[in-house]
Amino acid sequence: MDSTVATGSEENVWGGAGNPLGASYGKLMMWFFLVSDALTFSGLLAAYGFSRFKFIETWPIADEVFTHVPFFHGNYPMYYVAFMTFILIMSSVTMVLAVDAGHKMKKNAVIWYMFLTIIGGAIFVGSQAWEWATFIRGDYGAIETKGGRILQFVNTDTGERARLADFAKTMPSERVNHESKNGVWFYKGEALPSFSVNEVVAGFKANPNITIRTESIVQEGEAQGEKTLLSRSEALAKLKNASEVVEGANLIHNEYGSRLFADFFFFITGFHGFHVTSGVVINLIIFFNVVLGTYEKRGHYEMVEKVGLYWHFVDLVWVFVFTFFYLV
Amino acid sequence: MAHDHKLEIFRGLLKFKSNTQKIWGVLIFLTFVTIIEVALGIIKPESLTHSSFLGMKILNWIFIILTLVKAYYISWDFMHLRDEKTSLRRAIVWTPVFLVAYLAFITLVEADYIYGVFKNGFVTWNF
Repeated sequence: MDSTVATGSEENVWGGAGNPLGASYGKLMMWFFLVSDALTFSGLLAAYGFSRFKFIETWPIADEVFTHVPFFHGNYPMYYVAFMTFILIMSSVTMVLAVDAGHKMKKNAVIWYMFLTIIGGAIFVGSQAWEWATFIRGDYGAIETKGGRILQFVNTDTGERARLADFAKTMPSERVNHESKNGVWFYKGEALPSFSVNEVVAGFKANPNITIRTESIVQEGEAQGEKTLLSRSEALAKLKNASEVVEGANLIHNEYGSRLFADFFFFITGFHGFHVTSGVVINLIIFFNVVLGTYEKRGHYEMVEKVGLYWHFVDLVWVFVFTFFYLV
Repeated sequence: MAHDHKLEIFRGLLKFKSNTQKIWGVLIFLTFVTIIEVALGIIKPESLTHSSFLGMKILNWIFIILTLVKAYYISWDFMHLRDEKTSLRRAIVWTPVFLVAYLAFITLVEADYIYGVFKNGFVTWNF
């Protein structure tokens, strides 16, 4: 209404017209979305915390799960995730530089900084895909017991984890992998693991230098914080409960330990990766708009600022995911 | 749009000449914090993992506090909350802080209870 035009006096701040919070409608709506999205991620991370506290003494140790770096062999815990974190922070920086250049109406600078941001986002999503692939493919292989617990194998000579292939016996068996190309009536079937339970058990009995590591984390003493190593006799007793061979991780089985760990890994990093992907797409749209000169004509680059907020939020979430999934 | 930026961080300890400079300064700080986190995560000093404060390992306290520090600088300087009006900033920050603190408290306490049930109850699950 005409009569409520803000005059700048205290009483009329909320009377309509003008921006009482000093931010435009679009920016406020972006903040609304970000706060609600932050609560969604908090819900997921709180659920992760719930499951973890429930199984606090058997939860997998992230350092032992994410130990790979592309193109390198060996055991490098944390390095790759740290690299991913740095890439995301870096792309956050180029984004905020784009916003800054937008304030100064420097079109070419905005184009370049947006471009670098998109590249950073793409590298991050690619890295995450690689992490997923590595996690799904698995590492050493393990035995799942009837109770759904995981038994991993350790070489007592070196103290290092042992691959199933290192000690399992190869025994002739009738069961072969079914493939759709070999059967007219084939619809689907469980893929066979590389070794059967019998082969692993026989190999275990034949190799006295192999023992079992359970999910339980030692609570006291010298080995506190490490997974429990069983003696040979305890291990042989445990193997009586073996039900299947697990290689890699999916939503149902997880060779690294508690299956909930894999579920939350897929869910939380997947949800975050989805955010990064959509962020890259939105950034691309805005990037082309900048190139076409849309915001130059409009007279301000507030759109860049708004997608910038979203992009920083994605970075912010990753900081928390990084801490609660990989560090703590 | 606020074109004037507040150019000091660490409560005025560090002042920058331009917004661009401040951005690079914050990047250096965030990188430094991340490097500390990763180094601690790899080394896992025994003095920090074998001692606890309020039921949590000191190392984990350090990780969580450093995370909050990083979150502060990302939202304050990259998302420009430092330049927003106080009322908007408080609405954005305190709403999730209260809700998340409550949610985390409830879920973690309940999970700890279930942990006790699994440990001391008459249910065999770890076999």
